[in-house]
Amino acid sequence: MIDARGPRWSAGLTAIVLIFALLTRSAALIIIQLIQFGIGAFAGPPKSPYAWLYKRFVQPRLSKTFESEDVRPPQFAQLIGFVFALVATAGALTHTWILFTIATAFALFAAFLNSAFGYCLGCKMYLLGVRLRRG
Amino acid sequence: MSSLLIVAVVLVVASGFGFWDKKRAGKIRVKNSSQNLISSHEIGSELGENATVLQFSSSFCAPCRTTRSTLASVISHYPKIKHVEVDAESNLDLVRRLDIRQTPTTLFLNSAGKEIARAVGAPKRDQVFEALARI
Repeated sequence: MIDARGPRWSAGLTAIVLIFALLTRSAALIIIQLIQFGIGAFAGPPKSPYAWLYKRFVQPRLSKTFESEDVRPPQFAQLIGFVFALVATAGALTHTWILFTIATAFALFAAFLNSAFGYCLGCKMYLLGVRLRRG
Repeated sequence: MSSLLIVAVVLVVASGFGFWDKKRAGKIRVKNSSQNLISSHEIGSELGENATVLQFSSSFCAPCRTTRSTLASVISHYPKIKHVEVDAESNLDLVRRLDIRQTPTTLFLNSAGKEIARAVGAPKRDQVFEALARI
């Protein structure tokens, strides 16, 4: 179980990074985000750089009581983010800006919904994913 | 300029979706389906004498906990209605048959096990009373 505010805070930071990536068409920014998603998806959200920032600078300033959640849905969400960021990175490195823009826009859509509304796209898709995997 | 427009469109569309989803969550949808009855065998528990409130949950899902306590507190007013909670991931056949797409999903069954209504997402107390009134 992890602090449920952590993934939401990370999603907010992700949204900001993605906005700047879209505005500047920066390969560096999308690669930073790709690394964040990759570590979150494969090593687990608590090991990711944004989670480290959260624990170091944000969590100590917040209330000690918090809602906890299972790590699997946010980890699944990071995997979805990773796929979009991978496509966006490919677009940026090959200067295929239409590909970069579409993939980054989708990732921003999900990250913004998560941070602003607590909507966890990955959580909602998790059961569908399980249904398909064990089909 | 065009990328600024894309960022704006993504944020506006995501906000619209977020508000729409918040409004929709837990809303009672009346079912008029001819699907097969749900048996006590399938849910691993006897049906309630007057009605059964069947909640599909997953182990990690935070709104499932909210739903559980909402349903329990409403149903405590009706001794002949039973609250049954099943784990979606370990009942995938039933999940597929009933087309459960996310957790929590709550089904309101009559005494014969026929689905009268369902709520996707955490329902509010009033919505639970409304659904029970239809049985």
